[in-house]
Amino acid sequence: MPSLGADMQFGTLVDWRVKPGDTVKRGDVVALVETEKGVIEVEIFDSGVIESLVVQPGQKVPVGATLAIVKSDGKGVDAQPAPAPIVEKPSAEEKPPAKVAATLPTTESPRLRISPLARKRAQELGIDVETVTGTGEGGLITAADVERTAATISAAPAIVQTAPPVAKGLDLTAMRRVIAAAMARSKREIPHYYLATTIDMGKSLDWLAAENAKRPVTKRLLYSALLIRAVALALRDTPELNGFWIDDGFKAAAGIHIGVAISLRQGGLINPALHDVDKKNLDELMESMLDLVNRARTGHLRSSELADGTITVTNLGEQGVESVFGVIYPPQVALVGFGKITERPVAANGMLGIRPIIDATLAADHRVSDGHRGGRFLIAIDRLLQEPEKLWEN
Amino acid sequence: MRHGMSAEKIKTTYREAVRAAIRDAMLRDERVFLMGEDVGRYGGCFAVSKGLLDEFGPERIRDTPLSESAFVGAGIGAAMGGARPIVEIMTVNFSLLALDQIVNNAATILHMSGGQFNIPLVIRMTTGAGRQLAAQHSHSLEGWYAHIPGIKVLTPATLEDARGMLWTALEDPDPVLIFENGLLYNMEGELAVDAGAVDITHAAIRRSGKQISLITYGGTLFKTLQAAEEIARDGIDAEVVDLRTLRPLDTATIVESVSRTHRAVIIDEGWRSGSISAEIMARIMENAFYELDAPVARVCSVEVPMPYPKHLEDAAIPQVPAIVTAARRVVTGHE
Repeated sequence: MPSLGADMQFGTLVDWRVKPGDTVKRGDVVALVETEKGVIEVEIFDSGVIESLVVQPGQKVPVGATLAIVKSDGKGVDAQPAPAPIVEKPSAEEKPPAKVAATLPTTESPRLRISPLARKRAQELGIDVETVTGTGEGGLITAADVERTAATISAAPAIVQTAPPVAKGLDLTAMRRVIAAAMARSKREIPHYYLATTIDMGKSLDWLAAENAKRPVTKRLLYSALLIRAVALALRDTPELNGFWIDDGFKAAAGIHIGVAISLRQGGLINPALHDVDKKNLDELMESMLDLVNRARTGHLRSSELADGTITVTNLGEQGVESVFGVIYPPQVALVGFGKITERPVAANGMLGIRPIIDATLAADHRVSDGHRGGRFLIAIDRLLQEPEKLWEN
Repeated sequence: MRHGMSAEKIKTTYREAVRAAIRDAMLRDERVFLMGEDVGRYGGCFAVSKGLLDEFGPERIRDTPLSESAFVGAGIGAAMGGARPIVEIMTVNFSLLALDQIVNNAATILHMSGGQFNIPLVIRMTTGAGRQLAAQHSHSLEGWYAHIPGIKVLTPATLEDARGMLWTALEDPDPVLIFENGLLYNMEGELAVDAGAVDITHAAIRRSGKQISLITYGGTLFKTLQAAEEIARDGIDAEVVDLRTLRPLDTATIVESVSRTHRAVIIDEGWRSGSISAEIMARIMENAFYELDAPVARVCSVEVPMPYPKHLEDAAIPQVPAIVTAARRVVTGHE
């Protein structure tokens, strides 16, 4: 079971997309997994032949549990479909033989504080106990808590109350809890510092208008693609903003995978990543963005997208705010925020002009970088957006 | 077994109810006799047997030397010989001198004799603290005796049980220990004029409730009932289970109650470790684990030798505020 987010502890296998004997190659979608953030497509990280499926649809297992046994191409048996991307892959010699892996109990799961009666009631009512908020002593989940949750669910027709084990669709209570946990951890552990600058978007918007005039409607570019591209290119020179704080140390990420905060219509927030943004041209990036937003809102994200963002960009311009000082999504170490483009009076070279201005902000982890580096990063974004034609190049 | 009781009531005390029970047994069955320290001329250390010597004479109301092992042993012999002895040990504290007779003989002779000899012996004794009698005279060891197979352990708390358990115990073919909590002797109340024998195998629900089972016996029953009334004012509806008999425990009634309320607090004047309260918790866990909505809690005596000063003694044994606090915490998750 891959980790599909820093605070994911369990996943429920919804469906297999492969069967024993199937040949798979790296990147194939092999399974659908339900997490608090919705149903995610799990990709395989190895190529080979599916030997056996260990976990059956409907089973809920902790992160790290073996889902299936894959026979790698000519390398003997390999028992891991998809390790969490930020975890270094163990070498082939260290892996247990498949037969052992298949029978090993799942890794230690954190104990939920729930009374035996509450667990029984949850089973009867078809309530996922992970979604229930405990109000008993020390957060104990009591039968009354389960019944309250059941009442809420049956009162909300949007969420289908199904029998266990798999409730389809997003679980917003659980998502809110995951967000709460991640954000609380961030504010508790990460010493944030904040920087802001204003960027004149005139040149970028002019270039975009000219470029889009040449394109059919479906191929038009959005200015947010320029912003994300500029962030990616600026990150090349500030690697200390691109990576993870793990085990009391910073690990720079190999690729530049930009997590984009997408708010969901039902409420809640999801943070899937656009991969290798610095290596994509604007067309490819635009296509990836549209695809990602679409799939995020329909609940078809892939495992690798959910867990491996190396930095987050949040754009609250659509909501009409001018600036956003964000909370870093751990274990990432930086978050870039953009507000809306507004026309503002700007004095330059002794002249007053009306320019389209965007506020760019940076929230960064002071354990890893300092304001000096963070400032250079924001300035680099500004400089890149003044030469939009260069954003095309790699 | 409980008789249809008359509506007509008399005012009485726990002490008088026990005396009435002894007198009734003496009148019903001439094999019954009472034996113990100061039960005759002095009328009993707690005045339970006052007047019985005059009525029944020294053959049947027998004063003994201060020799618990000897007179309990004599009681066992008398029971084997066909008598129906009521042996009074002044308090549970002194019963320790007779442990060998109780545990090694009374409880085992039926087995050791291959079923030849029942021991239809009743031993009464006072138990409990709360009267400033200090560390050597305040034990609550009934839970200890409940550990022993071969004997029955009764803990009458109400006037009906003080009046009614003795005869049923005498009819039992095997040894029965009756523990009378010393704080109860002066308790006044009303008792049906025709009150008589009661069953000794079932626990009783003394107060019905839906949210928590307060399980207790003996001297703490009335503190528990009072606590139940107090939490009722906060809207907590407590059930009070009076165990009545500690051996054999009425597991079914306990489990039924907890299965209705899903929460429990055990109130036991015994020390916590290895106590009857621990046994009750274990049975709840064994039989009603999936009915529990909160961990079972206990209010027991503090594990110290019983202090003599009043305020310290009060602090050492279960009191109403502690029961209220424990029950509230189990039901609401906070105090």
